[in-house]
Amino acid sequence: MTGQQGPAGVIPPRRKSKLHVPAASSRPGQVPDFSQLHIPPAGDASKPGLDVAALDTAALAHGLIRVLDDDGAATGEWQPDLSPQQLRDGLRHMLHVRAYDDRMFRMQRQGKLSFYMKCSGEEAVAVAQAMALESGDMLFPTYRQQGLLFVRGRSVVDMMCHCISNAGDNLKGRQMPVFYSWKEGNFFSISGNLATQYSQAVGWAMASAYKGEDHIAAAWVGDGSTAEADVHNAMLFAATYKAPVILNVVNNQWAISTPQSFASTGTTFAARGLGFNLPSVRVDGNDFLAVYAVTRWAAERARQGFGPTFVEHLSYRAAGHSTSDNPDGYRASGEAEAWPLGDPVQRLKQHLLRLGEWSEQQHSELEQELAAAVARDWKEAITHGTLEEGPHWPVESMFEDVFKEMPEHLVRQRRKVGEQL
Amino acid sequence: MTAMTMVQAINSALDCTMARDPNVLVMGEDVGFFGGVFRCTEGLYEKYGAHRALDTPIAEGGIVGAAIGMGVNGLRPVVEMQFADYIYPAIDQIISELARLRHRSGGEFWAPVVVRAPCGGGIRGGQTHSQSPEGIFTHVCGLKTVMPSNPYDAKGLLISAIEDDDPVIFFEPKRIYNGPFYGHDSSTGAVGWSSHPAGEVPEEHYRIPLGKANVLRAGSAVTVLTYGTMVHVAQAAVEACGIDAELIDLRSLLPLDLDTVAASVSKTGRCVVIHEATRTSGYGAELIAEVQEECFWHLRAPIERVTGWDTPYPHAFEWEYFPSQRRIIEALERTLAFD
Repeated sequence: MTGQQGPAGVIPPRRKSKLHVPAASSRPGQVPDFSQLHIPPAGDASKPGLDVAALDTAALAHGLIRVLDDDGAATGEWQPDLSPQQLRDGLRHMLHVRAYDDRMFRMQRQGKLSFYMKCSGEEAVAVAQAMALESGDMLFPTYRQQGLLFVRGRSVVDMMCHCISNAGDNLKGRQMPVFYSWKEGNFFSISGNLATQYSQAVGWAMASAYKGEDHIAAAWVGDGSTAEADVHNAMLFAATYKAPVILNVVNNQWAISTPQSFASTGTTFAARGLGFNLPSVRVDGNDFLAVYAVTRWAAERARQGFGPTFVEHLSYRAAGHSTSDNPDGYRASGEAEAWPLGDPVQRLKQHLLRLGEWSEQQHSELEQELAAAVARDWKEAITHGTLEEGPHWPVESMFEDVFKEMPEHLVRQRRKVGEQL
Repeated sequence: MTAMTMVQAINSALDCTMARDPNVLVMGEDVGFFGGVFRCTEGLYEKYGAHRALDTPIAEGGIVGAAIGMGVNGLRPVVEMQFADYIYPAIDQIISELARLRHRSGGEFWAPVVVRAPCGGGIRGGQTHSQSPEGIFTHVCGLKTVMPSNPYDAKGLLISAIEDDDPVIFFEPKRIYNGPFYGHDSSTGAVGWSSHPAGEVPEEHYRIPLGKANVLRAGSAVTVLTYGTMVHVAQAAVEACGIDAELIDLRSLLPLDLDTVAASVSKTGRCVVIHEATRTSGYGAELIAEVQEECFWHLRAPIERVTGWDTPYPHAFEWEYFPSQRRIIEALERTLAFD
């Protein structure tokens, strides 16, 4: 075999296939590089009508919806209708989540919890979305949307009791920490098998439409788990049946040690929705106002029969994946500070200060109040038992709920456990 | 009573439950407009509409995932897997989600989903249309696993499965959809259900409880434990060799009717376990373990098992693979040879 000869008789070098392995934004010892991220100015994105066609969202799927500019001013068509009190509520919820995360992380380091996962830097996603949804809407979260629980008013003591598997754990000691479930708050049981909830949320939404109800579903996955088949299944089913669901991707840049580039294929995650004919948008996930506005819009679309919306939240996982990994082992320390979209708490605080609806003193008083509240809640939680010393649920309770009614073989096994005790 | 094939009985079970409960729907590949590749959902689309006889994309994981969400939101989805061999893309949703949801959520959430799947060989289906994967599912805590052997049981068991609040994997041996089968290719298509007593099926709603075996033939010499297509093969083998076997159709593999099994083996002192599925770690291994735990001091011979071989299901060598009457008779004779 010879290469084709050019006009001058020169043989051009043959092109060869190449295995492309994506690079990270940084690895230890490197300078973080987010220069490939195009960040358009706040207020630039247009806001389409509720009946928008997927094709007409292409600019929003490849662009970025931002409301808060670098000075904390709200601008553009996506500005939501939020009162100063609602903004203060949002700030309070985010700070509450942060105080809770900090406390629980420290308790894990002291050996009081087996495991913990923080959502530092991503608080705006869950908090603003929960505030934008109705209480009857069903939430299918991952383990990094604890903010949903705070907005919906879950008892912090109950959350802690779950995390230490004590006698007050509503999950009866069956799940590792942070895999919350809260039926009363329409918060679905979190699975450790990533992305399974995505197609379940679509099914829940299909049932809502089947029954003629106006509750919608919302589901979340991370950038890494968009690679799961469940995500493709969910997007296809949502688009096929026009299910009233909001499918969210929280792109926090990191899947444990693997950068988002291993799932994004060099474009935005939102762009993937276009191929499924889903109206798709990409939003600044650290911009509380933008996340709220996008969620209101998507929820209204779903409620009025226009079907699903696919939303990418561009954010940054400022902490490790969990207490089991040290991010300094796989990315440059200090990468969070280089993140060009800042910190969601600081940005909402800056906006409120600018409006004259908040002060530095109020802010620090609120932080102290929430830290004290979380400390009090911890003291109360451990009165229901600790992980190591109990009391826990009775051992025999592990045989319950495998089936609605216990079959004979489990009755026999439970008896054997009872004899051993 | 009406003469029904197993396909018609399953269709009747779906019709009866859909008529009684607007939250019951069937969903799967080709189940709607077309009525299913095996015709089990025929007429439901016309009677109940496109949203209750729901055609789906070819994505088994998506089908079960969506069904779980529907179940959590109050519906009772009856999922059809076009072949049991196609169930594997859905296995994470079945094992990690459907089976464990009630337990992991402390009883807060559950999904009453039935997964129907035509299973088994003897139809020249090769390795992707002949499998019997029931042992995979009986190994999963939180699932009930059922396999009927005739039209009457199929209808009553399926109605129980749909009305059950726990997930049920419902295997339908497709070799006997249209008539009993006695284990040799020469009998292919020879006999329909119309001349079989269990082909007489009430048109109205009735239940057969999950977890209750059926003693098809009382006997004193040996207990035969089997289910699905092999019930008929075993029955023919017993008649052919004249051994006074007690023949038990398990019907429900989990929960297992251990009381009936143990009472029988304690009486006969001998046991042969028969299934179509591959041998190693098959459901038969579990049956044998339970029988020896419950009946060890009554046993007078080693427990025999007759199964498919541990190979993928072969297209050309179907009758060498399929557990035949001859292999069953040899096992019965071996177990009776012990004193």
